[in-house]
Amino acid sequence: MGVSLTSLLQANNPGLTHRRAARARWSLARPSVIPGFSLTLGLTLAYLSLIVLIPLAALLLKALSLPPERIFEIATTPRIFNALKISFGASFVAALVNVVFGLIVAWVLVRYRFWGRRLLDAIVDLPFALPTAVAGIALSTLYAPNGWLGGLVAPLGIKIAYTPLGIVVALIFIGLPFVVRTVQPVLGEFEAELEEAAATLGAKRLQTIRLVILPRLVPAILTGFALAFARAVGEYGSVIFIAGNLPNISEIAPVLIVIKLQEFDVAGAAVIAVIMLAAAFLLLLAINLIQYLSRRRYGDG
Amino acid sequence: MADETANFPTVPAGAIAEPRAVRLLLIGIAVTFMALVLVLPLLLVFLEAFAKGSEAFLAALTDRYAQSAIRLTLLVAAIAVPCNLAFGLAASWAIAKFEFKGKALLTTLIDLPFSVSPVVSGMVYVLLFGAQGVFGAWLKAHDIEIIFAVPGIVLATIFVTFPFIARELIPLMQAQGTGDEEAALSLGASGFKTFWYVTLPNVKWGLLYGVLLCNARAMGEFGAVSVVSGHIRGKTNTMPLHIEILYNEYNIAAAFAVASLLALLALVTLVIKTLLELRFGDELAATRRH
Repeated sequence: MGVSLTSLLQANNPGLTHRRAARARWSLARPSVIPGFSLTLGLTLAYLSLIVLIPLAALLLKALSLPPERIFEIATTPRIFNALKISFGASFVAALVNVVFGLIVAWVLVRYRFWGRRLLDAIVDLPFALPTAVAGIALSTLYAPNGWLGGLVAPLGIKIAYTPLGIVVALIFIGLPFVVRTVQPVLGEFEAELEEAAATLGAKRLQTIRLVILPRLVPAILTGFALAFARAVGEYGSVIFIAGNLPNISEIAPVLIVIKLQEFDVAGAAVIAVIMLAAAFLLLLAINLIQYLSRRRYGDG
Repeated sequence: MADETANFPTVPAGAIAEPRAVRLLLIGIAVTFMALVLVLPLLLVFLEAFAKGSEAFLAALTDRYAQSAIRLTLLVAAIAVPCNLAFGLAASWAIAKFEFKGKALLTTLIDLPFSVSPVVSGMVYVLLFGAQGVFGAWLKAHDIEIIFAVPGIVLATIFVTFPFIARELIPLMQAQGTGDEEAALSLGASGFKTFWYVTLPNVKWGLLYGVLLCNARAMGEFGAVSVVSGHIRGKTNTMPLHIEILYNEYNIAAAFAVASLLALLALVTLVIKTLLELRFGDELAATRRH
């Protein structure tokens, strides 16, 4: 329809045909009757470059202008190395917890009808909407030794706030919606026929879930895990209040970047930032690969 | 669907659904987990805000520094959101209405700020405009303040909220195709008229949705703003930064009072978002990808 209308318009307007044809020779875009391509693409590229690409390039240049052995030396300083280990470790644990509970929440929201389901569904997005600093002070107060939940486990000798466990709690909070919102639509579009087929062939319910449903959810689960993990690695606001920020014990990489900047150690901050950017880039690549493989296997997202 | 399955009596009832006890157990786990992890912190914000009575609550909000933090937060959002709105409209028009080389790369690059830590988002501007930054000396010579001043806060906020509106609009406009626009153009409408009277009404709910999410994030951004702000009370403190200062001074009730305003904003955002999804679920379905 689009193509035929384009040619129709061009047939009625020889001047247009001529101009479009002339442009097609050098233009990036396929010819179209819709105006504004150069204007909008130009604006998009200019804004993207000024706000995102040039500043990020400046960071890369800053870090990579250091000699490689200096970069390695900075990255393996015990305090920086430990901060990266804590950031990646806590994010990994939190993303795993989110996969387990996110899967249960998504399952319950898609499969069961119960009072309050819509409300539960809406609340899942709370961590997207609630500012991280607000979440941070709330979680910190909640899990402090004299807090509602911290007080419950304190007699058992468990400390949550101001320990690495507190970091994991904050990262679970901010990562949950990523898993639920990636698994939920896939589960919702799951064909009932497959489960019925498994059942008629004699599969027990648990076998159907394990052998028919779960394998189809694997790409979504991996994507949700990667998204939650990526968000957690860079998280700052919700963590700093509950973490205690003790060097080598509960100090995460983003906090160390802020400290390095305050100490005017720009090189140190830049190296940590570039390591985190590289990790984020690898995760982005992994997510795209998972989506690509799953599209090829199942023919959809 | 139910009628179809009824035609296959060979399927035992328990084989395509879980037993009632398992269902209740799973619902119980999900509700308990969500209550502990998500609802309890939210509840606590409002309870702590009024822990010392409503006078203390009002006093915390009418405090001189709180007022200036609220004004700065509103100002920053009032600049950042329209900038990203204009960008979102331009980007989605270019990407959704045309076929060109490098489109997939461009779409990926627009999402880039989502994968960057907020702290790093603020830091890149310090490297460019800070005292020791690339343009530091030049800015100082011309008496222009960006870092530790309002322009830096605006820039960091724009970076962090950069993709929100564009990524709501792009899939929506792509799903709608170019037929309507071509019809308008063939009837003699100008390009701008086509955009204003045809394209914009088609995507207005997705647009509102994107603006809403962008605004919530812009007003609540903490990490990126924290790096570039310098935390000067009454001058470069936004609401989230003001909350941090109050909390670290053990002024807990005042911290939660200011926090309750942002929590309220989050709740309003969620309610409007849910209403939009209920009312225009099919229209927005294409964009349901965070």
